[in-house]
Amino acid sequence: MSGKSRREFLKKSITAGAIATGLSSSTLKAGPLNILSPDRMGVLVDTTVCVGCRNCEWACKDAHNLHAGNLDSYEDRKILETKRRPDHTALTVVNEYPRGKYSNLPIDVKVQCMHCDHPACVSACIVGAFSKQENGSVIWDTDMCIGCRYCMAACPFQIPAFEYDKALDPLIMKCDFCFDRTKEGNLPACVNICPVEALTYGPRTELIKVARKRIKRNPDRYIDHVFGELEVGGTSWMYLASKDFKELDFPDLGKNPAPGVSESIQHGIFAYFVPPVSLYVLLGGIMWITKRRKELGTEEKI
Amino acid sequence: MNHELVNPVPIKHKFFTPGVIVLFVIAINGLVFLMGRFFFGLGAVTNLNNEYPWGLWIGVDVAAGVALAAGGFTTAALGHVMHREEYHTIVRPALLTAMLGYTFVAIGVFVDIGRWYCIWHPLIMWNGNSALFEVGICVVIYMTVLYIEFLPVVTERFIGKVNLPGLLSGLNKLVDKILRLLDHGLSKTMFVFIIAGVVLSTLHQSSLGTLMVIAGPKMHPLWQTPVLPLLFLLSAVSVGFPMVIFESLIVSRSLKLKPEMHILSRLGSMIAPLLGIYLAFKIGDMFIRETFVYLSEFTTASVMFSIEIVLGVIIPLRMFLSPKVLKAPPLLFTASALVVFGVLLNRINNFIVAYTPPYSTESYFPSIGEISVTVGFIAILVLAYRFLVMNFPVISMPGKQTAQPTKYTIRGVEK
Ligand code: SF4
Ligand code: SF4
Ligand code: SF4
Repeated sequence: MSGKSRREFLKKSITAGAIATGLSSSTLKAGPLNILSPDRMGVLVDTTVCVGCRNCEWACKDAHNLHAGNLDSYEDRKILETKRRPDHTALTVVNEYPRGKYSNLPIDVKVQCMHCDHPACVSACIVGAFSKQENGSVIWDTDMCIGCRYCMAACPFQIPAFEYDKALDPLIMKCDFCFDRTKEGNLPACVNICPVEALTYGPRTELIKVARKRIKRNPDRYIDHVFGELEVGGTSWMYLASKDFKELDFPDLGKNPAPGVSESIQHGIFAYFVPPVSLYVLLGGIMWITKRRKELGTEEKI
Repeated sequence: MNHELVNPVPIKHKFFTPGVIVLFVIAINGLVFLMGRFFFGLGAVTNLNNEYPWGLWIGVDVAAGVALAAGGFTTAALGHVMHREEYHTIVRPALLTAMLGYTFVAIGVFVDIGRWYCIWHPLIMWNGNSALFEVGICVVIYMTVLYIEFLPVVTERFIGKVNLPGLLSGLNKLVDKILRLLDHGLSKTMFVFIIAGVVLSTLHQSSLGTLMVIAGPKMHPLWQTPVLPLLFLLSAVSVGFPMVIFESLIVSRSLKLKPEMHILSRLGSMIAPLLGIYLAFKIGDMFIRETFVYLSEFTTASVMFSIEIVLGVIIPLRMFLSPKVLKAPPLLFTASALVVFGVLLNRINNFIVAYTPPYSTESYFPSIGEISVTVGFIAILVLAYRFLVMNFPVISMPGKQTAQPTKYTIRGVEK
């Protein structure tokens, strides 16, 4: 039985159970949306093109009602001396690394959610708040979230951030692939503003072809590796670079989807609820037998 | 040997002693920090951040809490499923510990999650792929089962003794009748809940191990393994009896009762094989994945792993094999305490020590606030236990008259 049909079954039985207990299916989400559409979109980040202007940081904040400040203030390159991570104040950041083999300029790397094809966060979230949408975006429903932060423990790229300083209504925050903008046919804000076209938005399959073509045409400029093509089962955001990705602080991850092992364990323990029910029957049997034996034993004594 | 009849009674003893007052101080200190968490947010009280989303509260209050409450289902399996009636005296205290333990696990989750007012969401928003969802649902159901299993103790305490104050006294008869009905119904159906409790426990004890599997390479290879769920289950099973012994000896000491050594020794003799199985799987896993190479380095991980295995498993395993240890209360106590310590450390290791995020600027160590709250919760738990055994029939006094089998012999199965 394939994993997918098993999931289907699980979903169905869960829904059936919920209806039986009097919950209407509209208030209940049996499991998160997790679509792997062949037409899903992605972004190719060419770190050999990026100049580290950080306009994307500004545009991203501006598009998400975060405090963005003045665009001119982003010209200050001092901030690039420290390595930063996306957090609740900035869903994307640019970090700078020493030059690679191609040019004398430093290498700049934009960091944000990778929008994995098999997202650990979607698999992990206790309430199914995370979902993988048809266009490739991994988004989440803030109203469902309970703030358990399991998505953070699960994400292999250490992306979801949490508002630890809020006593009420703290939120999980991360890049949402500008879901609201792309829905209306606009480009993601960061892609839109990038002055040097370091970011290319398009169907993921096309982007892989573009990336391969660039590597082939300029073997001196690039190392032969498209980060995100295969990592953790593939990601929507992919990177080209002029030196080893490990030196650019990319995590060294295998090709297996992050949620693979845990989901198969999970489905193994719960396959059609057979293991728990058999255990129940088995224990019931033992209980009955030991009881009988005890009774027979006492009768003999009498 | 015929099984002894047991007679659980409320224990008469002074509630306040110097030790109890110290516990109160610790509890209040914890509650003060807890208020800080609710008024100023998690960041104000804890050292948690985007690098380390989970810390002491998940590792100890929740994960270790669940493991150390395993005495409840292991003794239920022994006493009721296997029908070893001689162990019935320890079933109730273990049940009470499990009930209080899980209550505090639930409270621990409540204070740790950022959006605590949404704690009920998993009940209607389901994600069958999530190990955490499975743990959450099982814990909620199991906690309910534990409360049901404890109900007979309450009915036993009040049947024929209902005495409501003032105006309500007119209801005495009615309440008494309801209690009797409840008691009757429960004794017929209790076996359903007892088996359910054991099944639910095996499920979530193991799923608790699945939790960190998804963290993949963030977790140190000494602990990260696909058999984590099995290791969690085996360690929970092997810590069940030691926890019961550990507690029973503390309780008899603090309430000035004679330790029930005849039962505890026999319980102790069952621990070595259980610990042995756990150790075999743990070592086997280490050799199959060849992770022993990490032990040759001198790191926090290798030191913690060695302490966990040597002090928490191997030494107590050797001790439980010796008849001398089984007969001497101080030695039996030490051996049991070591197992409890070992499993506590294992959970801390799995959830805190083993976890290294890819972009880590500094390592995590719990804040004063986190430690205060955790220690405070333990103090409150001990106080609640003390209060309950003084007011409800939980602990059996050996050799007393009016003996009757515990309320929990499952009368439903008798027919
Ligand atoms: S990078 Fe992390 S947060 Fe983004 S989709 Fe992948 S697992 Fe989810
Ligand atoms: S913190 Fe929120 S979004 Fe993340 S796993 Fe928990 S409930 Fe889901
Ligand atoms: S896609 Fe949108 S949310 Fe993501 S980094 Fe770009 S601007 Fe920010």
